[in-house]
Amino acid sequence: MAVVQDVHGHHDHHPSGIMRWVMTTNHKDIGTMYLWFSFAMFLVGGFLAMGIRAELFMPGIQILEPELFNSFTTLHGLIMVFGAIMPAFVGLANWQVPMMIGAPDMAFARMNNWSFWLLPVAGMLLISSFFVPGGAAAGGWTFYPPLSAQGGLGVDMMIFAIHILGASSIMGAINIITTILNMRAPGMTLMKMPMFVWTWLITAYLLVLVMPVLAGTVTMLLTDRHFGTSFFNAAGGGDPVLFQHIFWFFGHPEVYIMILPAFGIVSEIVPTFSRKPLFGYASMVYATASIAILSCIVWAHHMFTAGMPTVGQLFFMYATMLIAVPTGVKVFNWTATMWRGSLTFETPMLFSIGFIFLFVIGGFSGVICAIVPIDIQVQDTYYVIAHFHYVLVSGALFAIFGGVYYWLPKWCGRMYDVKLANMHFWLSMIFFNVAFFVQHFLGLAGMPRRIPDYSLQFADFNMISSIGAFGFGLSQLFFLYIVIKCIRSGEKAADKPWEGATTLEWTLPSPAPYHSFETPPVIK
Amino acid sequence: MSSKSVMALLGSATLVLYSSMAFSLDETSKYFHPQPNSIIAQETYDQHIFALWICLAIFIVVFGVMFYSILKHRKSVGYKAANFHHSTVVEIIWTAIPLLILIGMAFPATKTVVAMKDTSEPDITIKATGYQWMWGYDYLQGEGEGISFFSKLSTPTAQLEGKEAKGENYLLEVDNNLVVPVGKKIRVITTANDVLHAWWVPAFGVKQDAIPGFIRDVWFTADRPGVYRGQCAELCGKDHGYMPIVVEVLEADKYAQWAADKKKASAAVVNTAAVGN
Repeated sequence: MAVVQDVHGHHDHHPSGIMRWVMTTNHKDIGTMYLWFSFAMFLVGGFLAMGIRAELFMPGIQILEPELFNSFTTLHGLIMVFGAIMPAFVGLANWQVPMMIGAPDMAFARMNNWSFWLLPVAGMLLISSFFVPGGAAAGGWTFYPPLSAQGGLGVDMMIFAIHILGASSIMGAINIITTILNMRAPGMTLMKMPMFVWTWLITAYLLVLVMPVLAGTVTMLLTDRHFGTSFFNAAGGGDPVLFQHIFWFFGHPEVYIMILPAFGIVSEIVPTFSRKPLFGYASMVYATASIAILSCIVWAHHMFTAGMPTVGQLFFMYATMLIAVPTGVKVFNWTATMWRGSLTFETPMLFSIGFIFLFVIGGFSGVICAIVPIDIQVQDTYYVIAHFHYVLVSGALFAIFGGVYYWLPKWCGRMYDVKLANMHFWLSMIFFNVAFFVQHFLGLAGMPRRIPDYSLQFADFNMISSIGAFGFGLSQLFFLYIVIKCIRSGEKAADKPWEGATTLEWTLPSPAPYHSFETPPVIK
Repeated sequence: MSSKSVMALLGSATLVLYSSMAFSLDETSKYFHPQPNSIIAQETYDQHIFALWICLAIFIVVFGVMFYSILKHRKSVGYKAANFHHSTVVEIIWTAIPLLILIGMAFPATKTVVAMKDTSEPDITIKATGYQWMWGYDYLQGEGEGISFFSKLSTPTAQLEGKEAKGENYLLEVDNNLVVPVGKKIRVITTANDVLHAWWVPAFGVKQDAIPGFIRDVWFTADRPGVYRGQCAELCGKDHGYMPIVVEVLEADKYAQWAADKKKASAAVVNTAAVGN
């Protein structure tokens, strides 16, 4: 170790200026860049959402022509999934996984740099597709053919962007798997790893499993569009439903890719602020693994109206309903962790409780959607929009906010403004529910999704929903202010600012040193 | 304390609102399912209400426990943390009970799925073809066989652009209604001419994708005469929002009259065309 330090001189030595960020192989720099990138994309996706809600504020066509409206919904979905939520989790993994397992850095540091720098390219492709002839892709984020075969250059740019994003995700996943399996501190067995590390290990396997499937299907779409193949073209002997099967074989595990790391974050935060160990650690691990495995055999529940044999519908209904069991176990475990704890309600804890509360609502509507006759009625309506926003906004996004507030003192050595951060939570919580709860009723009453205009009976709830959405969007600018204020002028944070925290990163100084653990800690 | 009571008040107000919606059904409900008008729609509706009650019960139990500890087990009131972190018995119980609840929900759903899929022996078969952007209907078999027409949005463009006041059935009205008799088993075969569409009428509990090159089918039997409205439910391009479906359910004799008139009219069209040639 001493020899290494002689070569480098100072152990915190790193290049400065712009090249520090371009060339960096450091997990913390890369984690930071992932997080800023994802926040930038979150604002772009949010801007598109505001456009959608502005158009839907009242009946009639006001600001977005129908084709542009479809582009907005399509790109809102793609950007939020691939640009905002997934990179945010990868950013958190980059920052936290090495610190939580007592490693100095990620296993493949140079590849880590590459997997980040692919993202801005893909992001630019997606955004700039609005300005090419024909406009951005307008076939929905699921881009079902034959409709997606109709678009112009924008669709090809989207396909290329997805290829790049997929490559980035696969590299990130391989890096995380290798880091976790090979670089744990001596004595840290798999069953002693923090839950966040466990959930990311399982998520990374899911990524490696399904991202190539997505790459395959967009490649088939590309050759259908330009090279005369007919994978999905019935006139040439292809099958449009085949696309849906392949897409959802990727797409369903994908939603768990966006929620499992969130489970991990919440499983770190709840015990910390309950001052009590996580209840049922082992069953949490098994539940996460079962959810991941089950998620691979339920894809066709997105396709109950596509026409499927009775037995097929029943199988996918039962398998989907079954996911409620391990998910329920996780919620019960969190509740049991809080039970007879010594609770305090710092911002990360508020976001975690908010997460559990709202995620359970999303889970309930998920069970309801699993029941085939009901799903057939609510599929492709605002009910489904409400369902997956309860899971992905109040689920994934709230957990990300919780994680950022939880680890921000460790990252920058400064404390955020607690009052403002709590206000950010309450504003997000209230406006989120105003925006999305009423959408359940819109769906049940029969409003299809992806329509730029609607009949008069849906007017009241759309107006309420739009008001909530604008409020929610503005609250997130407030978050930006809080983070910048923390970085620039926050109070100095202690090495372990949270009394109940137990994981390894809190043994490091705040801010964490450039190379986390140069001497691996020993776990007893 | 005041903020807590505000939250409690808000919560109970929401619950009251929600349950009042569940029980105030009418044809054009703005807030909840439209009134079911077929056996499948009725079963779907009942299962949804059943599932809602179960969810509500679980919600109250889980969050009752959680909010009890949030209120009582706080550091600020001096509560000391216990140190338990495991209980096999409890975990087995809370795995088994949800499993039983799910079986209870799956059982009626299974029966409905089997019934939905049985499209055999219909009284009337109609083919619905999705086009960008309208529906084509062909009566293939049963009373009215041979009738065929297109059905397009009839809301004037001026209403869309806000130059005219919007009518009562804004965006849910067509030039030619699909007409069927009450109480007969209607089989609808769906297909499409260009991209995916979906034929959806909520009051009948029917939604089926229309796929180019493939045919799918569904059935319904309307319980009561009346006019029932739905929309295309699969993104099909720029005018996806403008593809309503209107089904007019008539008494048997009125339907027979309509079918006869419609046939005469299309025969007249064919004759005119022949003379024209």
